[in-house]
Amino acid sequence: MSATFTLDGKEVPFRDGQTIIQAAQEQGAWIPHLCYHPEFKPHGSCKLCTVTVNGRHMASCTTQATAGQVVESNTEALNDERRTLLQMLFVEGNHFCPSCEKSGNCKLQATAYELGMMTPHFDHFYPSRPVDASHPEILLDFNRCILCSLCVRASRDVDKKFVFALSGRGIGTKLIVNAASGRLADTNVAMDDKALEVCPVGVILRKRHGFAVPIGERTYDKAPISECPDYSPLPAKEEA
Amino acid sequence: MNDKDPAVAAVLPPILARWQDDPTALVQILREVQEQLDWISPEAIDVIEKALKLPRSKIEGVASFYSFFYTQPRGRYRVLFSDNIIERMQGSVALMERMCKCLWVEKGKVSEDGLVSIDTTSCIGMGDQGPALLVNNRVVPKLTEARVDQLCELIRSEVPLADWPAELFVVEDNIHRRDVLLDSDLAPGDALRAARERASHDGLDAANTRSWREGLPGGLIGPASVIEEVRRAGLRGRGGAGFSTALKWDACRNAPVADGKERIVVCNADEGEPGTFKDRVLLNSYADLVFEGMTVAAYAVGATRGFLYLRGEYRYLLDQLHAVLARRREAGVLGRNILGIAGADFDIEIHLGAGAYVCGEESALIESLEGKRGTPRNRPPFPVTNGYLDQPTVVDNVETFACAAMIALKGGAWFAGIGTEKSSGTKLLSISGDVAKPGIYEFPLGISVGQVLEACGASGTQAVQVGGPSGTCVNVAEFGRHIAFEDVPSAGAFMVFDSTRDMFEVARNFVHFFAHESCGFCTPCRVGTSLLKNLMDKLANGHGSPYDFGEIENMNHILQQMSHCGLGHSACNPVLDTIARFRPAYERRLSNVNYEPAFDLDRALAPARLMTGRDDEGAHLSVHFEESQP
Repeated sequence: MSATFTLDGKEVPFRDGQTIIQAAQEQGAWIPHLCYHPEFKPHGSCKLCTVTVNGRHMASCTTQATAGQVVESNTEALNDERRTLLQMLFVEGNHFCPSCEKSGNCKLQATAYELGMMTPHFDHFYPSRPVDASHPEILLDFNRCILCSLCVRASRDVDKKFVFALSGRGIGTKLIVNAASGRLADTNVAMDDKALEVCPVGVILRKRHGFAVPIGERTYDKAPISECPDYSPLPAKEEA
Repeated sequence: MNDKDPAVAAVLPPILARWQDDPTALVQILREVQEQLDWISPEAIDVIEKALKLPRSKIEGVASFYSFFYTQPRGRYRVLFSDNIIERMQGSVALMERMCKCLWVEKGKVSEDGLVSIDTTSCIGMGDQGPALLVNNRVVPKLTEARVDQLCELIRSEVPLADWPAELFVVEDNIHRRDVLLDSDLAPGDALRAARERASHDGLDAANTRSWREGLPGGLIGPASVIEEVRRAGLRGRGGAGFSTALKWDACRNAPVADGKERIVVCNADEGEPGTFKDRVLLNSYADLVFEGMTVAAYAVGATRGFLYLRGEYRYLLDQLHAVLARRREAGVLGRNILGIAGADFDIEIHLGAGAYVCGEESALIESLEGKRGTPRNRPPFPVTNGYLDQPTVVDNVETFACAAMIALKGGAWFAGIGTEKSSGTKLLSISGDVAKPGIYEFPLGISVGQVLEACGASGTQAVQVGGPSGTCVNVAEFGRHIAFEDVPSAGAFMVFDSTRDMFEVARNFVHFFAHESCGFCTPCRVGTSLLKNLMDKLANGHGSPYDFGEIENMNHILQQMSHCGLGHSACNPVLDTIARFRPAYERRLSNVNYEPAFDLDRALAPARLMTGRDDEGAHLSVHFEESQP
């Protein structure tokens, strides 16, 4: 006997210990998310995967599935709230999609398209976030960072290196690297590090690989994010 | 160890040795380094990195999280004015400007000679004797122009803080009404003894000794009977949430403990809610009552290790609190074999916070105790099962422990007889603002707002902010309401505003507070509190429109529904409360259009005017942009 909960009216089976988003993904159902990645411990910070569980708002990446839960995700009210979260992420950083190498492979952009975000709505913060081009092979463009901490978790849990970390507090929170100089070139990052593969947006870029796949033929150009299985955007390997 | 900086080489080793190179003590180590070296230099981080075997990025991440840690030099004298609305009403802004002018330094910057920096900080818990400031984490209350001038002179003459006149640092208790807690003259060990005597079968029998040591569930005698008394008392947490203390203790007691692990009791003295200062007084004059309560809790749940998490602003209490702990150990009511019972071990360590309101949230507090950034955890699991270093942990407010000690002494029925049915016992109120006698008032719960106002000598009151910014704002029509969990709950703050006060500015100050204190973990709170701050500033600048009310309501909805913890959930409360009750204070600020952009070309030209030294009419856009259109 397998236990189930309902997601937008459909029965979803789950195994003990699974979270709502895990069980939903196994059934091919898409719950919008940015900081969640199936290979890593859930963080629960972007809040985009918020659903209602028996009427209460919960992050589906950190909420355990239990039998009989009534989960709603694809509702106008929740998508409205998610659009606001997306707008917050857009105005908090400096996102210029037309000039971004990740355009078409970016989960933030793809999710915004999918949820019909038409404008940033809020006034932009225009933070000053210098890029780090110190490393010969990798460019870090912090302007696009959404603080999902996937690179932090990948470096810590898979690479065992702590190359990335979050620093500061509140609206001043930012991504830093593990070097006294503050430069990526002075860390022990390696080209096969998992941390380099997980950025859902366009912060971690491989130098000299720009636009190898033309705009229009990229992952989310071909199919909306709701129909793409959760993948690790690996621009370099994809384009090799 | 480090040849670059002799100060680092001299200061770091003893600190690291005292904390035994323990990475979970990172926050404490950073605090001591900051205290002794005036900042946390890259060289100091080098040494910490090697000793604690922590990645540098983690140390920098922690150091940059807490307001009182500086990774850039901030001067030998670091002055922080408390930016509480009450102290603003008492003139703190002008006093800070006076000091800035006097010492030739801009707010937020370090003086050219590197001597001094002046800035603001969130409420430092001196609302009854403000305006107040912190200088290198020492409190100087009761600021006047004369006192500010005196401080300037001391700083300019570079007099070491230790040689400053002692009267500058005198903090009063200001207790104006005592009830069962503040009238208590409990002697160390009394409550513990009473608890054991009440459970007549307890004696010194092995089962219960083992129960303390291993936290095994006993029968309805001994430790379990203490929880029963607390349940009978109906004690609810005094930190604001009002959770049943007995339920919490029971859950911790019944949580399994893995081999080599232990149960933990934590006293939350991170009294960060603006306008609250009761824990300051309890810890200053009733520390034994608090520590006794913690020991009673340890006995009840079977804990062997305790922490007092003291907010950094109360650093000045640290030495005397250590002395109280030492005295208790000597008296045999703390440490090993408490009251002579073999195996009854419980001791208390003190950890200091470093300027982060969010650490008052229990799981963030535990993260901080573990030496990390104070980010609230995902729950479940809850601290009662997986708390400090994954061990079952009880976190309670200072006042809750004081109540628990009294319940152990006098019994649950006695306590339940005070207050109301759903809110038993008394409540310490920290009263500040437009009253004749600001200070601490202990009342039975259920007292009406009006009765409190009368007792503290308030007149012409238009509003009271009960429970601080995350609490409730009540107006004249509501002064008949009661301070109780079932009506107007309060963590202790009681901020009084008379009819001359601008309630919009009160709300705007609170909104700035939440934006400053958001931990930045979750999107809605990190960005939403700043957007809300910008909205309130837009109104304050005279650019508000009815459209912005809708925006505020939308922001409230997102913060309430999507935020990770209570900080985000309550960040809109002061705005919504004041819009509902004092709408004219907002409407006054609206321009007569449906929509008004936040961007103002003339205001945006201010830096250009500053740079060119021009402020004549020609340097301003005298006519509105639209009017110049054909």
